[in-house]
Amino acid sequence: MANGVEEEFYTDSSSDFTEYWIDLFLGIKGNEYFCDIDEEYIRDRFNLTGLNQEVNKLPTLIDIITDVIDLESQDEEQRETLEHNARILYGLIHARYILTSRGLNKMFEKYRKGDFGYCPRVNCQLHPLLPVGLNDQPRLASIKLYCAKCEDFYNPKSGRHSVIDGAYFGTSFPAMFFQNFPQAIPVHDRRCYTPKVFGFKLHDYSQLNRWRELQRNKLEKRLLKNGVDIYNKPGGFVMDAPVAKTDDDKKREK
Amino acid sequence: MSSGGEDDYVPWIQQFCNLFGHDYFVPISQEFIEDDFNLTGLSSQVPYYREALYTILDYQVDTADDSSNSGSKNKGDLPNKALLAHSAELLYGLIHARYIISKPGLTAMASKFERNEFGSCPRLHCDGMHLMPCGATDLPGQETVRLYCPCCNDIYLPSSSRYLNIDGAFFGTTFPGLLIRMFPEIEHQCKLRIDKVNQDESGLRLFGFKVNEMSASGPRMKWLRMHPKSTEQKKEFDSCQLTLPSSDEMEEEDDDVDEEQDDDDDNTMASSGS
Repeated sequence: MANGVEEEFYTDSSSDFTEYWIDLFLGIKGNEYFCDIDEEYIRDRFNLTGLNQEVNKLPTLIDIITDVIDLESQDEEQRETLEHNARILYGLIHARYILTSRGLNKMFEKYRKGDFGYCPRVNCQLHPLLPVGLNDQPRLASIKLYCAKCEDFYNPKSGRHSVIDGAYFGTSFPAMFFQNFPQAIPVHDRRCYTPKVFGFKLHDYSQLNRWRELQRNKLEKRLLKNGVDIYNKPGGFVMDAPVAKTDDDKKREK
Repeated sequence: MSSGGEDDYVPWIQQFCNLFGHDYFVPISQEFIEDDFNLTGLSSQVPYYREALYTILDYQVDTADDSSNSGSKNKGDLPNKALLAHSAELLYGLIHARYIISKPGLTAMASKFERNEFGSCPRLHCDGMHLMPCGATDLPGQETVRLYCPCCNDIYLPSSSRYLNIDGAFFGTTFPGLLIRMFPEIEHQCKLRIDKVNQDESGLRLFGFKVNEMSASGPRMKWLRMHPKSTEQKKEFDSCQLTLPSSDEMEEEDDDVDEEQDDDDDNTMASSGS
């Protein structure tokens, strides 16, 4: 395991100064979704509350991650488990760190660059995705990707991402992200697809789409009634003629 | 006529289907192409139509590079090889769109679908439902191929960039709908997946709490993936049979379905009562 890491590191040409464990970890193929955690955050034991239940030898692992002790100085047979556990620990700290203000900013930068990929749905027009876990407990579910435009969860495209534990990002991350960066909330697209045969829409599918449109209309109504502006606003919908419709609504209310 | 005879001779159609990124295509049967009726209207869409057709069928074709047996024609009328190759691919694609909605083509595509050769739906709740290729338009040169998932009733971009230069018109808009209709088993598979998902439980959570829909970051797109499940919803669904119910009816039903969410009941009651 440790040898594999070194190989990865030496092929990475951009770094000739990276003796750091974290940099090595981030350089491994498949770990592109992770951001680097500040050493102070890892050093603060308060942030690690409860993690000693998940991994053994927590202090040693912290020392490995923060490069206080070298993995080479450890017993040969223990090295592999230590490295393995250090990665688990890093992931679990990562889930907590990305909910902090500094972590969120780092993830925002990655989001902006599209490091997590783009939504495969055609009507989302390549909206950037965010990583999300389905469970906060490790070893239960792998990572998924969340698209804020269609508010849906997707499987990662590449196999090396789909094996990452979802707990390393946590269930709360996307919601926290959009609480923190309301400007990143997209305007939702109302278009949906109906299969056609020789130009004619299939009846049951268009009936379903009509019903869904009805649900959306009800939602829009509820929102407008509560004074929420949804016309081409973040969290609202792409609409053509907002003025005409609001006037209409007002008349009906009178 | 046919240029066959050599040992390592590979028919054009087979060559085309073996090309990198062409694995969505099925080989069209020779008889289908030879029937002129199936090609109605294509001659106006494809430059060098006759030559392209002969190329697909592996007949001898004259190109500008070697015009030997047609002395009467001047070289300008004949396509060069690159142009002809392009025309042949375009023609094959357009015939392909027609072939896959004929019975043998549909069967061939269905077995590809069955073997998951078009990939699975990336959406989590579709649980690996197989996708089928489709086009956004039937006109060539507009959009590349998309993948339709019958489970979430949506279209996706192919996961690999190798399919990004394949024209959507080579599969057509009709194919997915027809495939679903011809093989009801597909709908059954979708239904199993839809029933498995608890749509009230999905959505983002912050420390275990749902975000309220009044918040800008709240759930606003649930409708997109919703299916009628409760009796009220099914009743509502029936009312969507032919048209979207008018907003007055909607308000009435609104009161029936989610009374607790209507905070100015008096207003709506008055308007619907009068």
